[in-house]
Amino acid sequence: MALLEVTRVTVRFGGITAVNDASLSVDLGTITGLIGPNGAGKTTLFNVITGLQSPTSGHVRFKNDDVTKATVNHRAKMGMGRTFQRLEAFGSLTVRENIQVAREIHAGARNWFSFRKDPKVDELIEVVGLRRYVDHRADSVPTGVARLLEMARALAIEPKLLLLDEPSSGLDEAETKGFGKLLQQLAADGCAILMVEHDMDLVMGVCDLIHVLEFGKVIATGTAAEIRGNRAVQAAYLGFSDAAGIPIPDDVAAEATAIIGAHSASETTMTLPAVETERR
Amino acid sequence: MLSDFVSFTVQGLFLGAAYAIAASGLVLTYATTRVFNLAHGATSMVMAFIYWQLHIGSGLPTWLSLVLVLFVIAPLFGIVLERVVMRGLGDAPVSVSLVVTVGLFVFLVGLAQQFWPADKPRNIDYFFGYDSFPLFGVRVSYHYVITIVLSAIVAAALYMLLNRTRTGTAMRAAVDNKELLELFGANANRVSMLSWAIGSQLAALAGILLVSYTGLDYYTLTFLVISAFAAAMLGRLSSLPLTYAGAIVLGLASAYFPGYIHGGPLIQTGLQSSLPTFMLFAILIFVPQVRLRVGQVKGILAANVPTRQRTLVSAIGLLVVCLIVMPFLDPTNMLRLGIGVAYAMVMLSLVLLTGYGGYVSLAQFTFVGVGAAVVAKMDTTSPLAILFAVLISAAIGALVSLPVLRLTGLYLALATLAFGQLMDKLVFQADFLFGFGGTLQAQRVSLLGYNFNNTRSYVVLMLLVFLLMGAGLLVLRRGPVGRLLIALRDSPAACGTLGLNQRWFRVAVFSASAGMAGLAGALLAGLQGTVTPVAFATLQSLPLLLVAVVAGVTSVSGAFLGGLLLMLLPVIQATIPSLSGLVFLVIGVGAILLGRDPNGLVNVLFKGLRQLEPHLPLPPRLRALTAGPPAPAAEAESVPEAQVAGHGVA
Repeated sequence: MALLEVTRVTVRFGGITAVNDASLSVDLGTITGLIGPNGAGKTTLFNVITGLQSPTSGHVRFKNDDVTKATVNHRAKMGMGRTFQRLEAFGSLTVRENIQVAREIHAGARNWFSFRKDPKVDELIEVVGLRRYVDHRADSVPTGVARLLEMARALAIEPKLLLLDEPSSGLDEAETKGFGKLLQQLAADGCAILMVEHDMDLVMGVCDLIHVLEFGKVIATGTAAEIRGNRAVQAAYLGFSDAAGIPIPDDVAAEATAIIGAHSASETTMTLPAVETERR
Repeated sequence: MLSDFVSFTVQGLFLGAAYAIAASGLVLTYATTRVFNLAHGATSMVMAFIYWQLHIGSGLPTWLSLVLVLFVIAPLFGIVLERVVMRGLGDAPVSVSLVVTVGLFVFLVGLAQQFWPADKPRNIDYFFGYDSFPLFGVRVSYHYVITIVLSAIVAAALYMLLNRTRTGTAMRAAVDNKELLELFGANANRVSMLSWAIGSQLAALAGILLVSYTGLDYYTLTFLVISAFAAAMLGRLSSLPLTYAGAIVLGLASAYFPGYIHGGPLIQTGLQSSLPTFMLFAILIFVPQVRLRVGQVKGILAANVPTRQRTLVSAIGLLVVCLIVMPFLDPTNMLRLGIGVAYAMVMLSLVLLTGYGGYVSLAQFTFVGVGAAVVAKMDTTSPLAILFAVLISAAIGALVSLPVLRLTGLYLALATLAFGQLMDKLVFQADFLFGFGGTLQAQRVSLLGYNFNNTRSYVVLMLLVFLLMGAGLLVLRRGPVGRLLIALRDSPAACGTLGLNQRWFRVAVFSASAGMAGLAGALLAGLQGTVTPVAFATLQSLPLLLVAVVAGVTSVSGAFLGGLLLMLLPVIQATIPSLSGLVFLVIGVGAILLGRDPNGLVNVLFKGLRQLEPHLPLPPRLRALTAGPPAPAAEAESVPEAQVAGHGVA
């Protein structure tokens, strides 16, 4: 049984369908990528999974429990941690206090009147590499640092499932590499990670499985190699679809592949792997 | 029988129509600018006074007075208001926009008291006097008919404006997304100016239509805002048709109720006048949960939290200063100092709730009253009376915040306003529930056999309690609870995803704050020896909030300063009666100006002192103690971007 199972989730805002009959699953100890063009419904799907948005229809199962109607905080207590695309750090608190608060919420009300130091706070600061910034107010640090802070804060509640919304934006190349290593380490320790990300090198490099979302629909699911060669995905990234049967010219496909994964364009452009393609 | 029914129905429709006009103005401004105008009823009241001034005072004909008020003065007032006070307030935290509109509320009441002192009765007749026509055997006043027709015209005009004009489309768009609206070339400022102009116009119209029914005084029309809010809540502050429906239901209920339900004074005066409040609570309970908003990292500037050492030094310093001053105070002034300390404790409860938590209570004095009443009713010198006072106030606080558990700060604040009104009408100002016919006697507490018969010793006791509360609050602030309060205000969504059950946390904070206010009330009752219910009217809670914010609601020292200031207000009013309204004007303006910086006067004061400090001949040890902690934020700003990019990831 998968740790997280999203079944046929649809979200409508008025006349707009943000997520359309999307299904995906995440297994323990794996890194799963969720990619797709801007406005594809990735963040909305994250909000449905964590409980900030209730779906119009569909179900979310976590640890074999149906949590579709559970509150945000209940899901967090069950072991879901997340970061936000538009940052949600506690701006008036310092970086250290941000992580401290997360630990205190995790510890529960019983421990709110004790003043013991929690060694895990410093441990987390080291893990994500925030030592330089511990005493800075969170609204005064650069975006990349704030993203790492959110990551540390999410880890503070010792999650089984970590949902990361564009965690690497604001990081430079070296930092992104280090970040990828950190993710792999976490997965090796048994944490499941679901990640929305635009940095294709990172996604293709660390993800065991990738789901592609377009117009709220999951149009493809597969490994990095499979996704690179998928025509529907290539089309989605170039903004038109070959659903109508219009063949994509090879040079266009190559360009799309270059966007999705520059490394191995030559080996994958011509293959059409057996992945679950669109159900239009 | 039928004639009774027709007569009640017509009266109910008249009231409902007038409420609907008021409520639609409230909804229009809230929906387009995200500022809930608590002073909407106060605007109606002032406009009714101006109408009286023009029509009766200066003898202008009815039509001219109406045109002047409705089409010149009211819209102009709205435009000036938007330009000077309200612009940009919609993006500020709810606590700020509430404080500013409460400031306007108190300002307008003060304005009315200053210009139209309560020295003579003022009356405005119905339109066409008592002329009426027969309908099913009852006489129907033309005034009622005019009101109902005007209400329908307003509804139609608003519909046309919002659905058939470009400006209306822009106004509806402003509800959803102001930034987007500006991207598409509409002028958001003009839209908001227009809605404030129309909002004031509708407030004025409702005021003028109702004033001949309610009578012209400072408060009846001012609290129209609760009826309007109750109606608007049915439409969840956004749907005009539902708002109209809510207003009509409320109007009919207030007409049928006294007609068909007979009972003692509890039913007749108490429940009837509380109908809007009951309706409001009923609707609040059934309003679905609001979604948590996800936004940007934006901290607030809070006063520095003093170190433990500094807290201790300041506490001892304050105690010593008071002990030195006390022998020079005559009994009256000693009593005043005690009252000031009691008020300072109430302010402390606001430091917890508003200063740290970012929530607003508009009925904090009601909890003070509960504490005082419990002590008076228990009639014992045992400290248990005080304990009970605290527990009961805290329990009532929890009950008030329960229905609004799932909603945002705005609804909590408005629920407290409704609660305060309810307590005024059912408990404090009526003798049938708690035998509050006038004044209750209260005994002073005795501790370990010591009776605080000497007022000076009792004031010292109060001072000690204040200092303990303040120190306790600071300990809390430095620890997990303090961090949680700040975190929850900065990002409720993040707190939720970390596993915090915000509903119960919020109830706990509100309840603790109510308990602190109750403690202040319990000690105040002992100080004065008597408990007069008028002292705890809802209307007292508004200046309390404003003075707290003006003095500084984020710090314990601000609370002390605020307590003394609030105690001085009635002293000033008693000394110079001609300025009684002016005092409210000053607080109102102060709150409007300072509302955006909750650190208040005390912060300005301390900043000044800190600049002076290097020039003062202080021993180095003392200087080390009084120096504030370094501000880490300033350091952070100086980190250059290039350096920042170079940090490593494990």
